[in-house]
Amino acid sequence: MTEQKALQDYLLRLADSDMILSQRLCELCGKAPAIEEEMAIMNVGLDLVGQARNWYEYAAELIDDGRDADKLCFLRDALDYRNLLLVEQPNEDYAVTMARQFFFDVWHYFILKNLVNASDERIANIAAKAVKEATYHLRRSSEWVKRMGDGTEESHRRIQEAFDLLWRFTGELVTPDETDHAMFKAGIGPDPEKLKQDWFGMVREVAAQATLKTGAEDAWMYMGGKSGVHTEHLGFILAEMQFLPRAYPDATTW
Amino acid sequence: MNEREPSSVDLLIASDRVPAKAHPELLTEDAIWALLDNVKDPEVPAVSVIELGIIRALSWDGKHLSIDVTPTYSGCPATELIEELIAEALRAAGIRDPHINRVLTPAWSTDWITDVGREKLRVYGIAPPQGNASKMSLLGANEVITCPFCDSKHTERVSEFGSTACKALYRCRDCLEPFDYFKCI
Repeated sequence: MTEQKALQDYLLRLADSDMILSQRLCELCGKAPAIEEEMAIMNVGLDLVGQARNWYEYAAELIDDGRDADKLCFLRDALDYRNLLLVEQPNEDYAVTMARQFFFDVWHYFILKNLVNASDERIANIAAKAVKEATYHLRRSSEWVKRMGDGTEESHRRIQEAFDLLWRFTGELVTPDETDHAMFKAGIGPDPEKLKQDWFGMVREVAAQATLKTGAEDAWMYMGGKSGVHTEHLGFILAEMQFLPRAYPDATTW
Repeated sequence: MNEREPSSVDLLIASDRVPAKAHPELLTEDAIWALLDNVKDPEVPAVSVIELGIIRALSWDGKHLSIDVTPTYSGCPATELIEELIAEALRAAGIRDPHINRVLTPAWSTDWITDVGREKLRVYGIAPPQGNASKMSLLGANEVITCPFCDSKHTERVSEFGSTACKALYRCRDCLEPFDYFKCI
C-alpha cells in the first residue's frame, strides 16, 4: 500500500466514523429522554457532521476523481464505508447510547490529540479545531457513564449491560492494521501501542469511578469496519441517509 | 411616501445590480473592518463578526478583496450564512466578487471574542466565556459562572448544550432566570 493510498483510507475512516455516529445520534431527534439531552445529542451530532465534512473535503481533493465531499458521503456503498463497527451499533436504551459515545469519545480524543501534531498541515489544522469539540464530548459522556454506573440499581445494571454489549466492538479502535502502521510511520497517526494504552487507561479509570467492570483486553473482538466489512446495521443506516441524494441526484437546492 | 429602512430583500435586489458606488479602491482596509463590524452573527445578533473574532485577515488582491473567515465550531450551521451576510454587506458597499476564504487555522476559540464583544454578550443576557480556553480542563470541576442578569455566582448548569452548539444552558439560583453561557472552548 502506498502512503498516499493509506492517507486516503485513513481520512475516509475518520470521516465515515464521524458521519455514521452523527447519523445514529440524529435518530434521537424528537425522541431523547429529556429536552436537555436532545439538545446535547443533536449538538454533538452537529460537531461530528462538521468534522466529517472537513475530512471528506480533504479526502476528495486527494482522491481527485471528480467526486466531492457530498458524493463521497452519499454515493458510496457499505462495502466502501470505513467507519468503526462501534458507531453503527443501534441506540437501544440511553445507557447503550452513552456507552457507545464514551468508548468512541475516548478513542476520538486521543486520535485527534495526536493528529494536532501531524506532519500533514491540513490534517493538523482540522484536528486542532476538532479536538476541542471532542474534549467537550468526552467530558460529557464520561460524566454520564459515572452517573449511571454509580447511580441507582437500575441505571448501574443498564450501563453495565451496555458495556458488556459493546465491548466486543472496541478492539477495532485500538488494533492497528496496515493503514494505521503506515500513518504512524508517516508522522500522522498515533503510535498504535501508545493509543492502546491511552484508551484502556482512560476507559478503566472512568469505569472504576463508575463502579463498572470492563471486559478483557484480549476478549474476542469483532473487526472489519476499517476495511469495509460491516455489521448488518450499516446498510440500513445508509439506505436512510443516502435515499434523497440517490433518488434525486444533484438535489442541492432546498 | 414614508421613509423606511431598506429590508433584506432590497439589499438582495440591490446586490444583483451593478452598484452605483463602484469604486472599491476608495475603501481602505480600515473602512472595511469598520463595515464588517456591522455584520452581526445571525445566531447571536448581539455581537458582530469582528467582535466574535472570526474575521482573520483581509487584503486587496488587485481589484479583488480577499477575506479570511474561520468557523466557530466545525459544524456551525451559521458558517455559510455568515459568509453570505459578509458578501452581501460588501456588495452593498460596492465591492464586487469578494473572495471569502474559509480558514481553520489558527482554530477559533472563545479567547478570540473581543472585550467589547464580551460586554455586549453579557448585556444581551448571555454569560460571556470565563477564563482561558487553552486551560480547559478535561475531566475537572465545573467553573463558577456569573449570572448575566443579577451578577450572582450562585448558578447551576442545566445542560452542557444550549440553544446553539457554542452555548451551555445555566440557571441562576438567586434570580431564578435561565441563561445561556458562551462555552469556553
